[in-house]
Amino acid sequence: MIQFLVHEKADNVGVAAVDIKTGEVAQGLYMDSQESLEMKTLQDIPLGHKIALTDIAADTSVIKYGADIGRVVAEIKAGEHVHTQNLKTRRW
Amino acid sequence: MSNPTVMAYRRENGRVGIRNHVVILPLDDLSNSACEKVAFNIKGCKALPHAYGRLQFGEDLQLFFRTLIGTGANPNVAAVVVIGIEPEWTNIIVDGIAETGKPVTGFSIERHGEIKTVEMASWKAKEYMHWASELKREECDLGEIWVSTKCGESDTTSGLASNPTVGNAFDKLVAMGATLSFGETSEITGGEMIVKERAATPEAAEQFMALFDRYAEMIDRNKTDDLSGSQPTKGNIAGGLTTIEEKAMGNIQKIGRKCQYVGALDKAVTPTGPGLWYMDSSSAAAEAVTLWAAAGFVAHFFPTGQGNIIGNPIEPVIKLTANPRTAGDMSEHIDYDCSAILRGEMTLEESGDNLMEMLIRTCNGRLTAQEVLGHEEYVLTKLYESA
Repeated sequence: MIQFLVHEKADNVGVAAVDIKTGEVAQGLYMDSQESLEMKTLQDIPLGHKIALTDIAADTSVIKYGADIGRVVAEIKAGEHVHTQNLKTRRW
Repeated sequence: MSNPTVMAYRRENGRVGIRNHVVILPLDDLSNSACEKVAFNIKGCKALPHAYGRLQFGEDLQLFFRTLIGTGANPNVAAVVVIGIEPEWTNIIVDGIAETGKPVTGFSIERHGEIKTVEMASWKAKEYMHWASELKREECDLGEIWVSTKCGESDTTSGLASNPTVGNAFDKLVAMGATLSFGETSEITGGEMIVKERAATPEAAEQFMALFDRYAEMIDRNKTDDLSGSQPTKGNIAGGLTTIEEKAMGNIQKIGRKCQYVGALDKAVTPTGPGLWYMDSSSAAAEAVTLWAAAGFVAHFFPTGQGNIIGNPIEPVIKLTANPRTAGDMSEHIDYDCSAILRGEMTLEESGDNLMEMLIRTCNGRLTAQEVLGHEEYVLTKLYESA
């Protein structure tokens, strides 16, 4: 069963297609290449929320759709939940 | 291959409508009551109460006139009764609508009082209802149906599946010679360079950037924080969207892979030819769809993530969602559930075809969820205070 989807190979986050629990080895799919991947989750990832696919350092970017979607404001580990607690807009 | 056809109403000016409303249109807030009384007296016609129309001036007044005239001129409307407090502005609306050739009559309350005005307007509305009820649908090319799109209460499932479904349908419709539109200017923030590059001509790109910069300047002038909580909305954030850049990238999936826009229009301005058009608008659903209805669009694709329930009184809103939770617990609002894409059980191509099928059924007369539930949000965009 697909538990998360990744828009593009260049992305460093995926999107949960179902609720994923802490510690699960979640099954993912790249939407561009249709390649599969797995991620061990460090936190609960609710449906629709983002999971980090790699460690992402503070002050770098989260990449989704192959595009910069904002600035990392607190270091993120692979498998963690990416949301307002660690990612902010670069605009406004 | 010829385009599919639908059974629709061809109006006096050649445009095609998919609904046959008789509208009782107030010029101003003071005339809402008379319009609602007429709509109560005469079954089947529709009053469109709104909050404005007094002491507006300048660009805001021009937008107000354009929106009211455009609403009456929309091909989903068969005939219009306009009621205003005074005759001069009332006649501006009547004359603007009359250019389409459709039946329209204005009444003003001053020197008559409301009771007498309601009586006169009710007689006229009754005449229009009898006349409109005998108009026949005829075979029309699907490419003659003008379709707008915006999304609402988006979440990450919008960017993954429901918005790309609209994009797939838009790619197909533009190939049929249809007239299409997208907008939501503040919500392009972070994806504006991608939208700029989708222009068919350098002039269209410049028009888009001018509208984008104007909106960005308005936000900069009025903002008190980074807009987190307004744009993205609280619903967006609950659904997993974090930043405006992320929301924008999801938003622009609605224009498909191939469509290029031929021009960028100010709010409620009618396109001058076929193709995809950018139209400046707020991202607030009811305001934006009201502007598209006023620009002449007759059907709207509305992908939602968390479940926006918006409707419009004259332009049917076809709602789709890819969020399985929304498709389950808010199913009464959803016309098309494309959550199978998220499970890997349906391709975007199939989903685009399914949405086209729902468009055809809607054109042929299927009422949308919004119409059956009576969601008729008619919300005018106001640019600044009245004088």
